[in-house]
Parts: sequence; C-alpha cells; structure tokens
Amino acid sequence: MLLESQASGDVLTLRLGGDWRLDNVAQLEAALRDITPESLAPESLTSVRRLVVDCTRLQTLDLSGAWLLQGRLDQFRAAGSTVEFAGAAPGHFKFIEEITERGPEATPPAPPQSRSWDDLLAWVGRRAVQQAVQGRDAIGFLGRIAVTSVRSLRGFKHLRVASIARHVYETGIQAIPIVSLIAFLISVIVAYLGAQQLQQFGAEIYTVDLVAIAVLREMGVLLTAIIVAGRSGSAFAAEIGVMRLNEEVDALQSMGVNYFEVLVLPRLIGLVIALPLLTIIADAMGLAGGALLSSLLLDISLTQFIPRVQAALAPTTFWAGLIKAPVFAMLIAMVGTYRGMQVRSSSRELGRLTTAAVVQSIFLVIFADAVFAVVFVTLDF
Amino acid sequence: MTTPIISVRNVVNRFGRQVVHDGVDLDVQTGEVLGIVGGSGSGKSVLLRTMLGLHRPSAGEVLIEGRDLLQMSEAELIAVKRRYGVTFQQGALFSSLTVAQNVQLPIHEYFAASNAALEQLAELRLRMVGLPVDAGAKLPSQLSGGMIKRAALARALALDPALLFLDEPTAGLDPISAAEFDQLVLYLQRSLNLTIVMITHDLDTLVTTCNRVAVLVDRKIVVDTLDGIMNNPHPWIQEYFHGPRARAVQGPERGQ
Repeated sequence: MLLESQASGDVLTLRLGGDWRLDNVAQLEAALRDITPESLAPESLTSVRRLVVDCTRLQTLDLSGAWLLQGRLDQFRAAGSTVEFAGAAPGHFKFIEEITERGPEATPPAPPQSRSWDDLLAWVGRRAVQQAVQGRDAIGFLGRIAVTSVRSLRGFKHLRVASIARHVYETGIQAIPIVSLIAFLISVIVAYLGAQQLQQFGAEIYTVDLVAIAVLREMGVLLTAIIVAGRSGSAFAAEIGVMRLNEEVDALQSMGVNYFEVLVLPRLIGLVIALPLLTIIADAMGLAGGALLSSLLLDISLTQFIPRVQAALAPTTFWAGLIKAPVFAMLIAMVGTYRGMQVRSSSRELGRLTTAAVVQSIFLVIFADAVFAVVFVTLDF
Repeated sequence: MTTPIISVRNVVNRFGRQVVHDGVDLDVQTGEVLGIVGGSGSGKSVLLRTMLGLHRPSAGEVLIEGRDLLQMSEAELIAVKRRYGVTFQQGALFSSLTVAQNVQLPIHEYFAASNAALEQLAELRLRMVGLPVDAGAKLPSQLSGGMIKRAALARALALDPALLFLDEPTAGLDPISAAEFDQLVLYLQRSLNLTIVMITHDLDTLVTTCNRVAVLVDRKIVVDTLDGIMNNPHPWIQEYFHGPRARAVQGPERGQ
C-alpha cells in the first residue's frame, strides 16, 4: 500500500508506505490522485485545514517520488491548508526546497489561445507572408545562380572543373546501370502493350513506330529525369543540408569564398552535362528493349527493325527529347541545392527539405514536360 | 573495501594494428568523482564507451557492481543502463524534440507515466540543473552552449541514476559558465550521492570537483589522488600538470 489517508476532523493524515520511486510512477500517480479520504468529496479539498505526512513506514523514496508528492501537497497549500511532516522530512524534500528557491519562479502558463476568426485571419496572413518571403528567396536564388554563372565564365579558375567532374561522375556515370535497366524494362512494357493492341488490326509493325517515338520523345528523357531527381536531387539537398548543419557553409562564407560558386554551380553544371548523356543511353537502351521484344514476340528481325525506325522518325524526334534534358537538369539541381540551403538547425528539417526537394523536382520536371509538349505541338516540332 | 560500482579489468583495445589500451585497470568507488585525462588520441572516449557497453573491448572485462557487462543478457543490460546517465560532448540532444521532451523520453520509454506526470518530472530535472522552466519548450537549436550542457545533464538525470558519465562537461564554455557548471555538478553529486566519472581537459574542473584522477598514458592508466598525480614523475603527466597552461591551477593556494 503506497498511501493510506485518514481524516479526523479537519486533519488529514497521509501514511506513506512501500516504494516511492520512479519505477512505480503510474501507481504513485493513482495514489496521489485519490488522496482525499472516502469521507471527503474531492471538491471539499478546502475543508482540510491541516495535512500531516507520516513517512515512518516508507521503504524507499527517490527524488521523483518526492517531487510528485510535493506537487500534490502544493495544491493543498494553495487551497489554504497547512502541511507538516510527522517527524523529520526525508532529505529529498530539503533538496527540492533548495532547488525551487534557487531556481527562477515558475512562469505562469500562457493564456489559452482563443479560437476565433481573428486567428484564422492571422493564420492566412502569416502563411501569405511566408509564401511571399519564400518566393522572394527563390527568385533571389535564381538571380544569384545567374550572376555567379556569368561571373564564372570570366575565368577558368572560377569554373571548378574538378568539382564539376566529380558531380558528372556521381550523378551521371554511377546512374548508368539503373537508368539503362529502367529504360529497357519500360520500353519492353510499352512494346508489349502496343503489340497486343495493334495485332487486333494486323498493324503490329507499327509497334516499332510506337516504341521509337515514345522512347525518343518522352520516355527516355522523362524517366531519366525522374530517376535522377530521386537519386541526385535528394543527394544535393542532403549534402548541402548537412554542410549547413555543420556550419561548413558559414566557414566557406567567412573565408570569402562564394559558396554558390563552390557548392551550387558545380552541381548545376555537372547535372546539365550528365543528364543529356544519360538520356542518350536511356534512348539507346529503350530502342534495344523494343528491338528485343519485336524480334521475340512479333518476328520482326533487327534488319527489319532498323529501317522501320528510320522511317518512323522525323529528323526532329530525337532532338525533341534531348533538348528537354538540360532544362530538367537545371530544375532538379536548383531545387535540390535550394532546399539544401534552406536547412537550419535540426535534423528533422533536413529530412523534410530533402523530401521536399525530391517531390518538387519531380513535379517540376513533369510540369515542364507538359509545357514542352504544348509548345512542340504549337510549333509542329 | 566495498565492491566498486564499476571496475575495468585488464582491458585491451585494438583498432587494426593500433593498440589504444594495453591492460587498463580502473575501479570507480561509490560516491566518488573520478576525472579521466589524457592526450588527444589516448583513448579516453574509447574507455568511456567501453564502460558504457557501447564498445566491446578486444580483451578484458568490465564489471558493474561486480557483474560482467559483457556476459549480461539484453534484459540485464537494460536494467544496468537504467542506473546510469550519460552526457555527450556535444550534448547529443535530440534536435527534433524540445528540451522537456528530451528529458521525458527516457522516462516515457521505461515507465507508464501520464503526460502530466512526465511534465512534472521534466520540470524537476530542469530545476535541478538550474534551467528556467520555460527553456523546456525550446528546441536544442535555440539554446546557448551552456544551456545545452545543462539540458544534457537534465536528460542524463532523467532516470534518477546512481552513476553519471560526463564527457568533457565544460568544454567550450566560458570560464564563468564552466565554474558554475562545476559547482552544479558538485552540488548535485553531494545532494544525491552520485558517483561521477568525467572526461575533462579543464584543470580547474579537475581541481574543483574530482576526488581522484586517472591519467591515460602509454596505453596504460595511472590512478591517484590529484596531489599524487601531480607529483607523478612521468614526463607527460609533469608536462600536463606543470606546463604553461597549468600555472593558474598550481596558483598561490597550491603553490610549490
């Protein structure tokens, strides 16, 4: 039994027993909650004028137990009762008294927030300002990229060739296996579906046209961009984000080094070089997948396949796909580095912004692709 | 002599070909404050991690209250870990949680306390380390260096430990804050009868708080009282305690 309470007149005696330790915190809470004796209703706290705490049967007491008891006793004190210990109070209470005297006054809890139209309005306003500030920051970021790129054109030294090469390697060459595999598989799927439908009209030879045009115009570049956004967009945001957390970016700035030139531009240029090259590989793998499926499923041999592809393609088809790659690369690199730069102070922030970088760069890539599609149709490209 | 709360017996730590500890023995007695010093790379942190069970030594054993840490089952280990608190050099506060949540986390992991009780218990720890109660609602990134050290100490005290490990508790603090922190550690140690093992480079901290000092030199350990260590003839120890930066410590009251 942790606590027995006994009322006589306006005196309430609390007999503590057992282990008042952190281990029993749930039982302690329960015991403290129904500290009022059966004869007293909870609302009649005030009718107790004097509280006597008897610790003689207490086996162990730790600071947490003492603190919880003290908190409850303080409620009685606040209600106007006097509290005293039968015999000497355990040492922990003296310690608690010391630290509460030494420490600052407890600040009163903040007034409960009123939920009204004012709050809603304030919320809308705050969000609007936040969005405006973010928009301004993004435009500022774009501007700084532009200025830094122009400036770095002046001298070879500002171009950071070694760093660009590293990023071409990491975002481009290391991505070749996964990009090839996915381009190959997707074109097999497209060819398979196309063949199934076109066979109904006896027009299965057009499967070749379908695969060639789909892969070269859209699939190759779009899939590559999405894979790269997932791989490298997140890597950019995470790398730069951790550098921010470690104050490495501040260190660069304090050395007078333009961190845009060192961190942002090499990633941007590296990806602008790597993504078109990856797209060409994806195109080739896609056509290979189409050729394989055609020969297996439709008995169209390679010698038939190649002339058919040549006949199907307009001179612009390949370029209509490839021209999008540098644009996608810029979008991915800018969103990744921008989100990385936004990381401030906490690891949760890092995770949130890395996620944002990937989601937004994929969205922007698809959005830009849609814009390209409309423009190309209008221009009859 | 009573069983030491922690004893390290003949511990050897090797990383590849590099031998960090070669037969280290150390007994920590209940209620004492033991300071561990040593040059950079002498394996202070490795020794601390060995005592915490975070690092398995290449040879030797670590006894906690007479029982071998390396032979314990998972459940026993958890029961032991409950009894000690650790502060890390950089605080290692969880950056996505508020200070109060940082303190509540271990309590919440072990015990079924209600939210109200958790808040109350966190408030106690914050008061114990002298943090203002409203610091509880702040994120670690909003705290100053000194407050991070205090918050880390509050978290280490969360489970009412008997044994505290402090890794460079005053590193990076200004002398006034460092002195306050020393006094705080000493006050808590005396009030709660804690046993404290601390790694420190701060000679003032050593002088103010430590009963005994362990020096890691030449892959071995030398343990003695502060006065004993200061008179140890080993050249590195002489350099450490009598070098140019140690003058203030010897000062008038300890003058040679």
